[in-house]
Amino acid sequence: MRRPRIALEEVSLTYLSPRGATPALAGVSLAVYPGEFISIVGPSGCGKSTILSLIAGILKPTSGRVLLDGEPVTGPSQRVGYMLQRDYLFEWRTVRENCMIGPEVQGQDRARAGRRVTRLLHKTGLAAFADAYPDQLSGGMRQRAALVRTLAIDPDILLLDEPFSALDFQTKLVLADEMWSLLKSEQKTALLVTHDISEAISMSDRVIVLSQRPGRVKSVHEITFAGPERPVPFKARGAPEYGGYFQRIWSELDQPGR
Amino acid sequence: MQEEQLVARYRRAQRRRRWAVTAAQAALLAGFLVLWELAADRYWVNPMLTSRPSAVWRTLLNMAASGSLWLHVGITLQETLAGFGIGMGLGMGIAVALWWWPALAEVLDPYLVVLNALPKIALGPIFYIWLGHQWSVYGMAVAISVIVTIVMLHAGFGEVEANQVLVMRTFGATRAQILQKVVIPASLPTLMAALKVNIGLTLVGVIVGEFLSARAGLGYLIIYGGQVFQMQLVMTSVVILALISALLYLAVTWAERLVSRLLHLPTRS
Repeated sequence: MRRPRIALEEVSLTYLSPRGATPALAGVSLAVYPGEFISIVGPSGCGKSTILSLIAGILKPTSGRVLLDGEPVTGPSQRVGYMLQRDYLFEWRTVRENCMIGPEVQGQDRARAGRRVTRLLHKTGLAAFADAYPDQLSGGMRQRAALVRTLAIDPDILLLDEPFSALDFQTKLVLADEMWSLLKSEQKTALLVTHDISEAISMSDRVIVLSQRPGRVKSVHEITFAGPERPVPFKARGAPEYGGYFQRIWSELDQPGR
Repeated sequence: MQEEQLVARYRRAQRRRRWAVTAAQAALLAGFLVLWELAADRYWVNPMLTSRPSAVWRTLLNMAASGSLWLHVGITLQETLAGFGIGMGLGMGIAVALWWWPALAEVLDPYLVVLNALPKIALGPIFYIWLGHQWSVYGMAVAISVIVTIVMLHAGFGEVEANQVLVMRTFGATRAQILQKVVIPASLPTLMAALKVNIGLTLVGVIVGEFLSARAGLGYLIIYGGQVFQMQLVMTSVVILALISALLYLAVTWAERLVSRLLHLPTRS
């Protein structure tokens, strides 16, 4: 059997505050294999983003293990890229300088990283804006720049924390297609956290549903489509299988107020 | 076509307005000077107490000719710039230390609040006794600007977008890298605001310091003029001081614009 790229084994995490302990995750196990695109959906506050912080090495689990290629996570790794809900670009740096921040911080070879950034800026249609400042870009372009910044360190694993949630609907659809194709062509392993079921189905090989807080894995849904190759997310939204997946995952989700 | 005419008319109106404001400002100054001279000339007020613009002008020319003008202006300027530099440098260093060790900031917080509220001028005699007449002016100038710098900058560091710091942490950035690449650039507008506040405050510190102990400088001239009842000397020194403070403030504003343009920072008005 293949070794998972990312593995969580019985991971629990409890946040401590003066008001007491808040369990966020209670015994979560999951595995993501190289090249897969996996989504995690769940009600708000179920600890979806906490899972990403654990994999990124920003948080440590209260119990259980987080493994990358079988090695326990001890801190931030060059192999993991983390993309947040909003771009948080540095206003005082040009797009290119923003994208170079990761390689700069990690002391990577500048020339090689520079060529990689140039290629990624071309692929995302930002080449003409390389020397522009973030305040000159639209929301979609800013998020593309944030994607390039994340990919600039050439990570194997990409953690996506609701990266489309701050965008308008049209931009969201276009960017989902672009990002999906880019990640597939670069053969990245991706873990997407979202509350948008459509987004999860249309982009993923598997959708993991978490329960309400404290989060645990409630169900896992393999997403497959008929045909020789997987349709891009926008096409997937129109595929005949889509409706069935949507109904099943929707009924799995603990609805607030139910 | 019509649109262009409208724009042209609008611009003309704006220009006229700006001119009117400048003209009114000049007229106000001229009117004040004329009234002052006239009031002293006609003995509406006692010129012994108020001096007069013509006397101020003569004093200024005499001082320039004798070289004493440059001596006193030079000393006050030197003290101000040195005090400003030391106060800013020390303040920045301490603010960075407080950011670096949050526990230190927590411990020192009440002391900073008290020191910030304390009128630093009250420390003048202490500096005089500790530092002597030569250095007490510097002590005063630094004391008055350093606490404000610490408080402003440390607050500014705290306002840096937490998620921009998070981006750095996901790349595994060290604390020094976060400071250098995010916290300091993001706080430059605050630093500029602190510079503006401090250039004025430092001048206050220097003048008060000179009042208390100096043997030269504009503050000394003002006190000396008062003691020997030479109002033209007092008034001339105050006028020079007004000019110097305006020039220093302009220089800081100009530096702020330059830095903002070079580093692509939003200007804080």
